[in-house]
This record gives sequence, C-alpha cells and structure tokens, in this order.
Amino acid sequence: MAHTLEQSGLPPVKPPKSSFSLGKLWTDKKSRGIIIQVIAMALFCAVVVYLAGNVVENFQKLGKPFGFGFLKQESNYDINQTLIQYNSQSSHARAAAVGIINTLLIAVCGIILATVLGFILGVLRLSKNVLVNKLTYCYIEFIRNVPVLVHILFMYGLMVHALPHPKQAIVVKETFFLSNRGFYMPQPLFQPLFWLVVAAFVIGIVFAFWYRRSARIKQAATGEQSPVFWVMLASIVGLPILAYVLSGMPINWEYPTQSRFNLKGGMAIKPEFMALWLALSMYTAAFIAEIVRAGIVAVDHGQSEAAMALGLPRKRTMNLVVIPQAMRVIIPPLTSQYLNITKNSSLAIAIGYMDIVATIGGISLNQTGREMECMIIVLALYLFFSLTISFFMNWYNKRIALVER
Amino acid sequence: MNLVKNAVAAAAASLLLGGTVQAGTLADVQSAGHVKCGISTGVPGFAFTDDKGDWQGFDPAVCKAVAAAIFGDTSAVKYTTTTGKTRFTALASGEVDMLARNTTWTFSRDTDLKLDFVGVNYYDGQGFLIPAELGVSSAKDLDGASVCIQTGTTTELNLADFFRTNGISYEAVPIETNSEGQANYEAGRCDVYTTDASGLAATRSALEDPSAHALMPEIISKEPLGPLVRHGDSEWADIIRWTLNAMITAEELGVTSANVDKMATGTDNPEINRLLGSEGDLGAMIGLDKAWAWRAIKMVGNYGEVFEQFIGKDTPIGLDRGINAQWTDGGLLYSPPFR
Ligand SMILES: N[C@@H](CCC(=O)N[C@@H](CS)C(=O)NCC(=O)O)C(=O)O
Repeated sequence: MAHTLEQSGLPPVKPPKSSFSLGKLWTDKKSRGIIIQVIAMALFCAVVVYLAGNVVENFQKLGKPFGFGFLKQESNYDINQTLIQYNSQSSHARAAAVGIINTLLIAVCGIILATVLGFILGVLRLSKNVLVNKLTYCYIEFIRNVPVLVHILFMYGLMVHALPHPKQAIVVKETFFLSNRGFYMPQPLFQPLFWLVVAAFVIGIVFAFWYRRSARIKQAATGEQSPVFWVMLASIVGLPILAYVLSGMPINWEYPTQSRFNLKGGMAIKPEFMALWLALSMYTAAFIAEIVRAGIVAVDHGQSEAAMALGLPRKRTMNLVVIPQAMRVIIPPLTSQYLNITKNSSLAIAIGYMDIVATIGGISLNQTGREMECMIIVLALYLFFSLTISFFMNWYNKRIALVER
Repeated sequence: MNLVKNAVAAAAASLLLGGTVQAGTLADVQSAGHVKCGISTGVPGFAFTDDKGDWQGFDPAVCKAVAAAIFGDTSAVKYTTTTGKTRFTALASGEVDMLARNTTWTFSRDTDLKLDFVGVNYYDGQGFLIPAELGVSSAKDLDGASVCIQTGTTTELNLADFFRTNGISYEAVPIETNSEGQANYEAGRCDVYTTDASGLAATRSALEDPSAHALMPEIISKEPLGPLVRHGDSEWADIIRWTLNAMITAEELGVTSANVDKMATGTDNPEINRLLGSEGDLGAMIGLDKAWAWRAIKMVGNYGEVFEQFIGKDTPIGLDRGINAQWTDGGLLYSPPFR
C-alpha cells in the first residue's frame, strides 16, 4: 500500500526505468505476475522433487529395483480378445500391445457409434413432434444422470444373464448365433484372387475423388451439376462387388458351429466388448445429442430464412448453411466427449474386457510387482491418446473455422 | 483401559526403539492398538462376515490369533478386503501389516515381489469346478471351454501352462473376485470355474444345488497358502510365523481352547510349558510377554479347532483334513519345535 502511495506521489512524467526499486517489482502488475508464476513453479517443482525422492526412497527401502526390463519377459497369461498374434509365451510388451489395440478398438467403435447416435438424438430433440421431442428429452436426461459404470455393469448383466447359453443360442439361418458367450458370425477366409477386389476398391476410391473434383470444377465453370453421390457410390461399392463376382467370389466363409462347450469357428464379438461398447456409446451419445442441439439452435434463424429466400431447398439449406455453422459450435465440446469415451473405456476392468488397464496395468503389474513402471506406461499411453485426439480435432476445428476474406 | 494400554505400549516401544531410525512394524501396531490385516473379499468358510458384521473364517482366524498374542483382544484387528490384484500393493504400501488370504507361496512373490511368507496354513492345489451335466471326466477334455479365472493369481498362470502343455484351447473369462466368479459361472458365461480346490469347495457349497456341480479329479498345481508380510522386518515376520506355529503345535500337543487354561498352570510336557509360558520366556524373544501363545490358543483355538469350525467335515464346506493333517497323522503340518 505504502509503495502505491509513494508511486502516485512521483511526478507523472518521469520515466519509470530511471527510478528502479525492489518494491516496484511487486507493485508493477506485470513483474508481479512473473514473480508469482516463478514462485508457483518453484513450489510445484519442489513438490515433484519431494514426491519423486519419496518414491525412490521407498523403492530402495523395499529393495525394489526400477526398470522396464520385465517387459521382455514372458507374460505367462492368456488374453481372450487378441487382434494380433499373442499367447502366454509372448512378452509383457506384447500383452501391452494387445491391450492398446483393444483400447483403441473400443475407443474408435465407441466414438463412431456415439457420434451417429448423438447426432440422431440431437436432431430428434429439435423435432416439432411433441411426442418425439419429449421422449428423446426423457431418454437423454435418464442416460446422462446415471453414472457410466452403472451403464456398463447393467449392459454386461443384460448380456450375460438375459441372453441364452450357447446350447440354446438364438440362431439365424445357421449363420449368426447370439448367446451369452458372444455374437458369432461367419469368418471370411480370403482366397488368393481376393487381391483383385482390393485393387478394385482402391481404384474405385481414387476414381470417385477424381470425379468429385472434376465435377466441382465443372460446376464452378459452367454451373452444371453432376450426379456426384451416385457415381461415387457406384465406383467405391459397385466396382469391388463387380470384381468380386467376376473373379469367382474369392472368399470362403467359415461358419460357427455348436461344439461340446462353445460355438466353434467363425468370428465372435464377446459380451464384454459388446457391453462396454454399447454402454459407452449410449452414455456419450446423450451428451453429444445436447451438444448437437445447442449447436443447431445457435445458428441464427435469419441464416436459414435468408437461404430459403435465395431459393435454396430445405435440405440444401441444412447442408450448406446451417450445419457448417453449427459445426463450429459443436466441434470443441465434441472433442472433450471423444476424450471422455477414450478415458472412460478404462472402466473395462469392471467387466473383464482386456484393455490397457487390464493387461499391462492389471495382470502384468500384479504378476511382476512393477507397479510404478506399469502405471507410468498406462499414464503415458492415455496421455498420448488424448493428445492425439485433441490435436486432430483442433486441426479439424481450424479447418472449418470462419475464414475471413 | 485401551488408552492406558496403548500409552504403555507406545512408551515401551519408544524406549525399546529409541535409538533406531525407523520404528518396526510391531511398534507401529502396538501404538496403533490394532493389527491391520488384509483378507479376501469373501470366500465361504475362509473369510465371511457374521450376523454382527465381524469378519470370521479360516483366514481371519490368523489375524485374530496375532491380535490375541499381541493385545489379548481378538477384536484388535482392522480388516481390509483385497482382491487377488490389490493384495500385494496393499501390503507393500503399508496399508496392511499382514495378509491372510489364501495366497500361494511362490518363488517370485517371496523374492522379486519383496514379500515374506511366514508359513503355510493350507496346502492346496488348483482344481476345476464344472456342472455335472456336461459329463466331462478329465480336465484334458476341456478343449474349447470358457474358463472363469481370477486375475492377478497363480491360477491364471497355471491355467495358461496347463492348456498350452496339453495342446488344447480355451477362452479365459477374467474376473476380480470370487463372488463375481460364482455369478459368471452360474450365469453360464463360463463352463468351468478354476481356482484353489479349497476355494472351489467353498464356492460349490454356496451354489444353489451343490450336487449338480463336481470338482474334477485333476489337481494341476501346488498351492501352499499362507500368511505373509513385507520384506525387511524379520521381527514382525517372526511374530506371525510363530503365532501360526503355536496354533499348529497346540493341536499336535493336544492343547485346545478348552483345556489351555488348565495346561498353562504347568504340565509334565516341557514343550507345552514353554509354549504356554509356564517354563522359560519364549515370548520375550519375539518382543511379547510370556502368555502370548496361551492367549492366541485360548481366544482363537488350535489349528484343528479352527479348521473344523470353519471349513471342516461338519461345515457346509466339508473339507477333509487330507494332507493338512498333522505330520503325526500322515499329513504335512509340521511345526518347528518350541525351544
Ligand atoms: N492361491 C492363488 C489364488 C488365490 C485366490 O484368488 N483365491 C480366490 C478364491 S479361493 C480368492 O481368494 N478369492 C477371494 C476374493 O475374491 O477376494 C494365488 O495366491 O494367486
């Protein structure tokens, strides 16, 4: 206080640099900010150093070495869902890789389903039909207000208790089997000629995008529109199908069959995956729905009225005017929902889905006793996933942001 | 009363350990006034809560015996439930002072995990529980089965080895606790439930119709189950080890909770006299008083009494003594002498 008085007593014209005093460092807003930040940083570092020192000391007291060498040892345990080659003779590092892939699988599938569901719900929520509107509202409120873990446990309970035993599985055409051990379907076994289909697919995509570009150029030049959607569909989907038929259908299907204990053969989606996927998607979709609703509402009515006045049909108004502007409002909160799905997927542990937390952060940790190392790995991985998602969404956000001309 | 005891204990402890930098576990336990004991989340007979909400069973009995030896009070125990996965972290971090929860003594746990097993209170092996209607007579016929296993256990390691060496496949259904395992097994999520045979017998007793489920003849591993403590405090380890040995020796020598008071006044068997404190002063050698073992046996019972009370023939668990009989009866229980 005294300093301020002193300062105000100074002749106002005098430049401050000539009258440097220590007290000023504090009264000056800018330098005070720096000082506070330096002190805070120092305190933070001190805490970190203290904690790290504690960890090291406790490790020494326990006589536990610190190191990641154990990652190369055999894991000795089996994992029930492995998208890469893995058995109990594989290393802990490989077990971690299996966990990472399982986490990514649930995150990607969850993000896709939650987005689709969320957009549908968000649009329904704006429906003029009172019944649809209110039902969606109730659904969203109900889902949002029950903790996600409860959703997961409930879904899993449903999968395991409500679905029949494999012996009494719900069978569709001897091809699809639904039971409490999973949803079984035929597995494609690719024959040598299958590369033709893959090649057709790649060519289809390239052609489709080339066509879209030239159609745009043509439209810009002549104003003439081309049937872009249908041509793209035909070349991306139709061409591979044509190649498939012409090359003599080079896929054999392995069908699941009843065996002594389980269904054998085919592909299976396990109830653990299914429960986690549905629960996470439904939960997050409820939040996304609100985000989408808010985004659409945020676009001024005048915008669509103006578009209509220009003679744009309702669908085009939506696609070209409303949605692009709504997206700017939607993307940032949507990003945090995507991060939530990824992080919430760690609740997999509650139902035994073998994600990162269950593999390297669970069984490996427990069997090797390397708590610190395993938790560091798990933390680093989640951080990496989250940063990647944020990075991508920020890039996308920038791309669709208002470009001022 | 408790306060005075605590104060005295703390004073004694600080006198004793005045010079050392770091107080031992016994001193910590005495100044806290209770033993922090890690047990399982619940296995019928082995660890369960009674009507009053107190933990009872074959495993908590070890905690109670230790509390009786130190405090003369079986309720001076603070129980912490642990799963197969959390138990070692709980012990290593000091959340509990000891674990008594069907934990297998293995090389890597004893060495690499920096734990100290102090003895064996149940010699077990891994078995398989399966619905009788499946008509499977050997574990080698389990090709393609779904198997429920608790994660973080020796069970899952043995299982992986067993199926790999026999060249058969299975689907592992990982679960955290015994009750989850039972629920999944009953719902038919898995065909087979595998864990220590004692745990299977216990779980089977809790099923709706135990006779519809059978334990397979194969026992695929050795699972010596026993209490354990952290590495690095041998004095504390000694107390747990010798409390367990006292219970085993008491049975061998015919000392029971019923006759221990009479025997404590002196018998013509010098080992009983040393055990119960009427001769020599073994208690002082582990930092306790003369009557430590007498209290443990009086308040909890000898090994055989505890076995019969919680998991023996006349309980729903119905386990035979089998190899858990005294060495004098052809079993493996063999306590080092009290001398
Ligand atoms: N003995 C094995 C397995 C021990 C184990 O997990 N046993 C089960 C069943 S007998 C158990 O204690 N479950 C108690 C719980 O679920 O908390 C080990 O030490 O790894």
